[in-house]
Amino acid sequence: MSTALSIARTRPDYQANPATREAPWVRRLLLTLGLSFFAVFLLLPLVAVFTEALRKGWEVYLASLADEETLSAIKLTLLAALIAVPLNLVFGVSAAWAIAKHDFRGKQLLITFIDLPFSVSPVVAGLMYVLLFGAQGWLGPWLQEHDLKIVFAVPGIVLATVFVTFPFVARELIPLMQAQGRDEEEAATVLGAGGWQTFRRVTLPNIKWGLLYGVILCNARAMGEFGAVSVVSGHVRGLTNTLPLQVEILYNEYQFAAAFAVASVLALLALVTLVLKQIVEWQAARSAR
Amino acid sequence: MSVRKRVLPGFAPTLGFTLFYLSLLVLIPLAAVFIKSAGHGFDAFWAAATSPRVLASYRLSFGASLLAAGINLVFGLMLAWCLVRYDFPGRKLVDALIDLPFALPTAVAGIALTALYAPNGWVGSLFEPYGIKIAFTPLGVLLALIFIGLPFIVRTVQPVLEDMETELEEAAASLGAHRWTTFRFVVLPTLLPALLTGFALAFARAVGEYGSVIFIAGNIPLVSEITPLMIISKLEQYDYVGATAIAVVMLVFSFVLLLAINLLQAWSSKRGAR
Repeated sequence: MSTALSIARTRPDYQANPATREAPWVRRLLLTLGLSFFAVFLLLPLVAVFTEALRKGWEVYLASLADEETLSAIKLTLLAALIAVPLNLVFGVSAAWAIAKHDFRGKQLLITFIDLPFSVSPVVAGLMYVLLFGAQGWLGPWLQEHDLKIVFAVPGIVLATVFVTFPFVARELIPLMQAQGRDEEEAATVLGAGGWQTFRRVTLPNIKWGLLYGVILCNARAMGEFGAVSVVSGHVRGLTNTLPLQVEILYNEYQFAAAFAVASVLALLALVTLVLKQIVEWQAARSAR
Repeated sequence: MSVRKRVLPGFAPTLGFTLFYLSLLVLIPLAAVFIKSAGHGFDAFWAAATSPRVLASYRLSFGASLLAAGINLVFGLMLAWCLVRYDFPGRKLVDALIDLPFALPTAVAGIALTALYAPNGWVGSLFEPYGIKIAFTPLGVLLALIFIGLPFIVRTVQPVLEDMETELEEAAASLGAHRWTTFRFVVLPTLLPALLTGFALAFARAVGEYGSVIFIAGNIPLVSEITPLMIISKLEQYDYVGATAIAVVMLVFSFVLLLAINLLQAWSSKRGAR
């Protein structure tokens, strides 16, 4: 995904320069078309979520959120994110350290493999785990013998979440750490610092904003994933429903106000994500100066 | 590459963990899909992957995804241009909200778009009197895919546009080029690799997209069923052979596109270095 943390530069004043300026009518036309497209395709759906959620008033809204099944969906969503994000964080840091600070053959291939989960359809991702751990799957009979359940249970949901959020931290850190080079770490090592000490005192302060950025994106996807989780969940009410799945169930039961109420919580989460992302971008730009 | 002594510690454990985690969660499960499918024989695969309903779903998924990526190519470039080149009130807000489709859970986008474009929705009701139905038709699928794909184009083009030196345009202008000529022969070729990369990314995402499409599609067999839905519906009928066959088709397509995207990115970074 093309959401790498970029450091803003000062913008040249394009409209003061006759060579980079368009006629006023062209500018007005482009702005009108572009912003209308933005308003219709991005802004309107967002507004619709909140309007539909509050259509029947605050009381219905709050009642839908306090529903027992919704609360258990919130718990499961938090649990899945709480496992998936730290796992992928550790993986991301470890992969970036190996790739950016060392030379080895097949590095480019490894980077491509790390990106794979982004190009696999979430539905296919869910299917993979069904094929491995489902009743018909390779490990199915063995799991049944030992009374273990992965698919159509919480572990399957966690697995699917880990898969779809797999590359976020790694792909944020790899280019960042590659760009920063190895001089500082090598100096620290030569001066007698241990590996862990070097990482914590030298590398970590340099990558903290990129790291945070990756974690924020990873978390948003973990809490919002629908397709992959839908395949492995089996939709057991109050047990294997995450918030996005709860939205689907309520919607399919024509409980539109409740569906949009739950959806509005997820939409708020998305807005918080965008705000945090912006703050990190500003902080990163400030510390780069 | 010059051979040099490894100074920094931690190579073996971090690479080891990376390979272990990658194999366990990504490579082995992906391989499972191919091995499972191969186990059923080619005839079973071919029959499942080319049944009429599945073929119709390919046409819709690939057709609508291409069209959506094409529409986003035009409007994404326009938005990136406005964000980089013009000052307007709320520019920073618009810039931040471009990423909304990345951040908004797809199921939420799906029901919101359905509510908007249903015959009684805000937008749907405007078209209803003319007999144009948007939700529950392929047109609805297209709209959802436009929503999901827009940030890919904007976010790949925007940084290239920001980094572009104004000297080239100044040179063109000083040689008497019209603004459109400059755009067409100076700006556009510079943006081309980024545009193509964004297009490919949006296309790849759209083909695999499920959550935002499934509510608005209406899922009418042979008309508005997307390919990921076919996998789900096969799974619900416990037809694992069929589900796996379609998954293999989608995976092969994703890998080919991923390769194309990598080549495109290599091309654009080579261009940038010149």
